[in-house]
Amino acid sequence: MDALNALVAFLNFIVVPGLAYGSQLALGALGITLIFGVLRFSNFAHGDTMAFGTAFVILFTWWFQSMGISAGPLPTALLALPLGIAVTIAMVLGTDRLVYRFYRKQKAKPIILVIVSTGVMFVMNGLVRMIIGTSEKNFADGARMVLSPQDFKAATGLAEPLAIKTTALVSVVVALVCVAALFWFLQKTRTGKSMRAFADNEDLALLSGINPDRVVMITWMIAGTLACIAGTLYGLDKSFRVFVYFGLLMPIFAAAIVGGLGSPLGAIAGGFIVAFSELLVTNAWRKILSYLVPPDRLGDGLYQALSTDYKVAVSFGILILVLLFRPNGLFGGK
Amino acid sequence: MRNLLLFAGVALLFVLTGFLQSWNLSLQILNLALLSAVMAIGVNIQWGYAGLFSTGIVGSVALGGLAVVLVSSKPVPEGWAAGGPRILAALVFAGFAIWLAGRLYRALPKSRTRALAMTAFLLVAFFIYRAVLDPAVLAVETNNPSHAGNIGGLGLNSLWAWPVGAALAAAAAWLIGKIALGLREDYLAIATLGIAEIIVAVMRNEDWLARGVKNLIDLPRPWPVPREIDLQADPAYLDMVGSFGLDPVSTSTILVKLMYAAMFGLVLVGLIWLCERALKSPWGRMVRAIRDNEIAAEAMGKDVKRRHLQIFIIGAAVVGLAGAMMTSMEGQLTPQSYIPLRFTFLVWVMVIVGGSGNNWGAVLGGLLIGWLYLAVEFLGPQLMDWITASLPPGELKTRLQETAAHMRLLTLGVVLLLVLRFAPKGLIPER
Repeated sequence: MDALNALVAFLNFIVVPGLAYGSQLALGALGITLIFGVLRFSNFAHGDTMAFGTAFVILFTWWFQSMGISAGPLPTALLALPLGIAVTIAMVLGTDRLVYRFYRKQKAKPIILVIVSTGVMFVMNGLVRMIIGTSEKNFADGARMVLSPQDFKAATGLAEPLAIKTTALVSVVVALVCVAALFWFLQKTRTGKSMRAFADNEDLALLSGINPDRVVMITWMIAGTLACIAGTLYGLDKSFRVFVYFGLLMPIFAAAIVGGLGSPLGAIAGGFIVAFSELLVTNAWRKILSYLVPPDRLGDGLYQALSTDYKVAVSFGILILVLLFRPNGLFGGK
Repeated sequence: MRNLLLFAGVALLFVLTGFLQSWNLSLQILNLALLSAVMAIGVNIQWGYAGLFSTGIVGSVALGGLAVVLVSSKPVPEGWAAGGPRILAALVFAGFAIWLAGRLYRALPKSRTRALAMTAFLLVAFFIYRAVLDPAVLAVETNNPSHAGNIGGLGLNSLWAWPVGAALAAAAAWLIGKIALGLREDYLAIATLGIAEIIVAVMRNEDWLARGVKNLIDLPRPWPVPREIDLQADPAYLDMVGSFGLDPVSTSTILVKLMYAAMFGLVLVGLIWLCERALKSPWGRMVRAIRDNEIAAEAMGKDVKRRHLQIFIIGAAVVGLAGAMMTSMEGQLTPQSYIPLRFTFLVWVMVIVGGSGNNWGAVLGGLLIGWLYLAVEFLGPQLMDWITASLPPGELKTRLQETAAHMRLLTLGVVLLLVLRFAPKGLIPER
């Protein structure tokens, strides 16, 4: 029985949050890795693109709520998502036209594009702050729990509850749908194939008549869509604050690099690796251990390897390990 | 000639601020702008000389600030006695364990067993480290937590902290450079972003070190600078001020700021002189050759990675020096103030606007953007008040006035993008 309680606690504190957080990171890392694969630079503005998309989803959610539209047990934000995605796509295509295209035509060095993307990051961050302010925004509505802790306890008779938030389930399901759609697009459609060909070998792709402007445009549209979805899911699950999204850059980059920059499959694996490592390292294991170790042997420590204030150190540590031992990532990117 | 005019223009900005606002404010901005110029020189060494893009400038600044606390804050003998040596032992042990791990990794043959053994070794080492560290930290932090709760400093003059700050930043740069240099250029940018966040997180959360977010105030002034209150009580000073017919209180604040400005100016001039000498020497030519064509330089037998590491460390040390100077001027350490916007990206804008690769350009950018950034603090709301003056009070008016505060970010980004696009060489291009 105690072992079962420990298992439930493990599910409750590690597996469920890890799956939700991992899905959000994976979607973010996919955007980074696609832009890297096709446009060949690390996009520092991606975190703030996520914030930008989320800000608009929040605005549309408020609008829907004021009109009395809701999605029943699901968050209203899901209905607002398509509108938010449209605005985000318009924004990234606009920045590409105004900013990035010039450097692409010049064939500027990737590092220049990285610096340019930090400039874009500032502009976006400033815009988001002006549009929606800096205070915390909680925009999740609908049913709070899919599986409430009381129900679980009543049904199983265990001491330890298991809770699944609606937003966690929504995160996983939406991420699955997105990933399936993306892989279908990349593997089966003509445009997706031309994108992969362009990422693989630019000269050869140009030679066989692939239109580079179109590939770049599609890439930005997909990256913008993924960023908006990832940001919204994260915002629903936690809450929305502008500067938190800047802090997401580190785990997202770590996820993309662990998997290998330019490899979509790697980005997904990387997202979950980073999310689970973060939770395993910053979790206080006392609760789980208390079921497995006799109380007199337990002592009074929290059994926490790192306090949650240092969760950035986890993604950084993963990044360093990868750079030291496998600079090309687990799935062999560029 | 053009350059002289540019510098004269910036000087005019400070003079105008003095006349239109107050000399006190003008000097305050000048001091921070001088420090920004020193930081810009450091970043220019990394980017302008060698093309290394680091997003962790704020980490070097923060380490400089930490050095001031460790060197010059009041000693807390009880705190140190409670756990200081034990914390030090834990840190030394951690360093030793990591060093040993590196040695073992190279010594053992490549195999799955090695990977397992290394993981086990590091896990055991980590638990020993925590077992040594945790009780000591607890002991230090429970010692008079409302006023101390830290291990205290050495109580030396804060002038000593300046080189220490440079050394701390250099050490961190060595560590990160060893790992991230020599790979793709963007990896350095990402890795430095991470290490800077960790450094600031450590300073926020490790109360035993520098009291964390409880802040450490009342740090002593660097050597020749007196406190305003002491100055106002000094009969010799009062005599002198009286003979000129000046107000002793406001004159003392201005005098103190002038002394800081002189000290910072001296450091800045010294650095410019050193940098100009270095850039004109064979070393400078080699460095620029590496930047412009790594493959050719490597073919000529130059050790590119070693040179990059060297430059990365020197640049970080200069920034660390500036960070220490800043904390010793402000007399307090507030970890919350170390935000990447202010100390990483603002300095980048300074270097790029001024002219990357040119020391004078970096200095000009530092002074100009430093003035702009701080002047917007009082100009922005004034401008917004003027714009919204005709509006009736209400939602729209308060909203517009709030946006003034966020304008800074947007402006910074737009300036960076415009300069990169239309004047990528900056105001004073590299010769």
